Amino acid sequence: MITITKTKQLTLIQAITDGMRTMLHEREEVVVLGEDVGKNGGVFRATDGLQEEFGEKRVFDTPLSEAGIIGSSIGMAINGLLPVAEIQFSGFIYPAYEQIMTHATRMRYRTKGVFTVPLVIRAPYGAGVRAPEIHSDSMEALFTHMPGIKVVCPSSPYDAKGLLISAIEDPDPVLFLEPLKLYRAVRGEVPEEKYEIEIGKGKYLREGDDVTVIAWGAMVPVAMKAAEQAAEKGITCEVIDLRTLYPIDRAIIAESVQKTGRCVVVHEAPATGGLGNDIISIVNDTSFLYMKSPIERVTGADVHVPFWALEEHNIPTPARVMDAINQVINF
Amino acid sequence: MQEEFPMIRIMDQNGKITDTSYLEQIDKALVQQFYRQLICMRAFDQKAINLQRQGRIGTYPGFEGQEGAQVGSALALDEDDWMLPTYRDHAASITFGKSYTILSSWNGRVEGNLPPEGKNILPPSVPIATQLPLAAGIAMANKYKNSSQAVIAYFGDGATSEGDFHEGLNFASVFQAPVVFFNQNNQYAISTPISRQMNSETIVQKSVAYEIPGIRIDGNDIFAAYFETKKALERARNGEGPSLIEAVTWRYGAHTTADDPTKYRNQKEENEKHRQNDPITRLELFMKAYGFWDEAVVEQLKEEVKEEIDGAVKDLETMPPADVNDIYDYMFEKPTWTIEQQKEEYIKHLRGVK
Repeated sequence: MITITKTKQLTLIQAITDGMRTMLHEREEVVVLGEDVGKNGGVFRATDGLQEEFGEKRVFDTPLSEAGIIGSSIGMAINGLLPVAEIQFSGFIYPAYEQIMTHATRMRYRTKGVFTVPLVIRAPYGAGVRAPEIHSDSMEALFTHMPGIKVVCPSSPYDAKGLLISAIEDPDPVLFLEPLKLYRAVRGEVPEEKYEIEIGKGKYLREGDDVTVIAWGAMVPVAMKAAEQAAEKGITCEVIDLRTLYPIDRAIIAESVQKTGRCVVVHEAPATGGLGNDIISIVNDTSFLYMKSPIERVTGADVHVPFWALEEHNIPTPARVMDAINQVINF
Repeated sequence: MQEEFPMIRIMDQNGKITDTSYLEQIDKALVQQFYRQLICMRAFDQKAINLQRQGRIGTYPGFEGQEGAQVGSALALDEDDWMLPTYRDHAASITFGKSYTILSSWNGRVEGNLPPEGKNILPPSVPIATQLPLAAGIAMANKYKNSSQAVIAYFGDGATSEGDFHEGLNFASVFQAPVVFFNQNNQYAISTPISRQMNSETIVQKSVAYEIPGIRIDGNDIFAAYFETKKALERARNGEGPSLIEAVTWRYGAHTTADDPTKYRNQKEENEKHRQNDPITRLELFMKAYGFWDEAVVEQLKEEVKEEIDGAVKDLETMPPADVNDIYDYMFEKPTWTIEQQKEEYIKHLRGVK
């Protein structure tokens, strides 16, 4: 247990910076690297001030090369460092996919733990900020389907710092997805101390009896808004922020749907092969006989994130979530 | 470009030392070590191919012809250096690791990936060139820790067409990482000849773009492989950054035991030509010319080598059966609930199978 002596109001991105700062102080093996993370402090300012504070040896700019960033970080991790690598936008992670798949996720497996890869990959993801094409992808399922990597996605400043610290302390690779739409849209109390939030644990954001609404990252405020609208109609929603996408918190899902008997899953990623399907499987495995209606999914279509003139049409909205809530209630 | 990167030879095809300044560094112990390891690795390779033909191991990628490059460079390493081999670099990893555990990887055993105790040898990299950024990163960590360990990464000619080759070299160059990129240009990536792989005359000239030292050596000259790798490793240890070595060599055999080289090259004629440049024959000629040849010692070495390889095969074939727990227990330090559940269900299934 930690004793919290002091907190401060931070945005989500400031909490991420604070998490890195805390760990740079805490462990000499931590290095922060990526494109523009040094002098510039990152294109979103996630690493602002860190190079100044810790020097170029600890926080450094790399060439523009995602495979190079991740490949060299894997090497550093194998050789005793704790790299925190930034991919500027998750939509640019694809060149590094091979490195993650062929080395980061399988080094422990193929050497029975002799060599391990305690690596954190930070990547902003998601649409709704009117970025150019590719920048807004939400392809978490590419990684939750990849054996050997944990996938984390916070939606609040408190969770962001605690989960990032846990990710850095984790002995295995962790993909840390940052909802860039929420970078500055949410603020919250964040302890100044080091604290950890267990990877693999979801969180109740709202209690209710009628429907379980499950979301993560940038979809959390959407789910919350829909829950507020439902409440006005007398429907109470239990909102769960999954926080970790692999491994999913099975217990919290089972507990909630066994109470409400209804479930809506919200994600902005494409529907087919999306994480919503795994959540439905978990409900099927744990709570089939409790269900009063089929589970509804509110997701992006099986399309690329549209150019931003049409982007909003593909992102789940509170109104679409409300439709799904009505659907499971009126089944 | 060939003129700018002349092929470095210390010993010519007739076993004659072309740069006599090396003679004072060449003593009986070194020559004997070279010779023993070369004949040992060739015997190992032949044995492994025979084992595959007999169905005692799975598909196997031979390295016959490349022993000089691999043994010479591996013997240049310090005990605690790092090695990143590919799937064709058994001679390098056996020489450096002094162990034959690698053989079991061709029997589908994960144990074959494990480095011998105290050795920093990564498992053979199967995807092409992806180990090169890792090598840069391992070297960057050595620099971070002020360690004197150097890194050597092996790769073939085909690897130079992959983005990861360039990314690895670029990172190593930008961060002046202590790593030696050791290319074995055996002139074919499966069936694709080097002329179809690239439009540049040499591989080593690519070092120019990264502003790192690059040399082209005769990869079948074990002295060149040994002394030039040593120099590159020393440079790395002295903080002078990475380097690229192109060792020109030849693979006599197939890409793997599943490949038929007669489909894409005139195998008999080409091999006859390259036999004149064989790394073992050349060392034998050198030994005879410089007074290092002792028939009795050679016979004894051959006997020792045979025993050593027979022992390795015996170790392979007396391994306990593969442990089904290994499927599940090494994905993460602590298994996730999904893996725990999947393991439990499968073990329950196995118990039910009579």
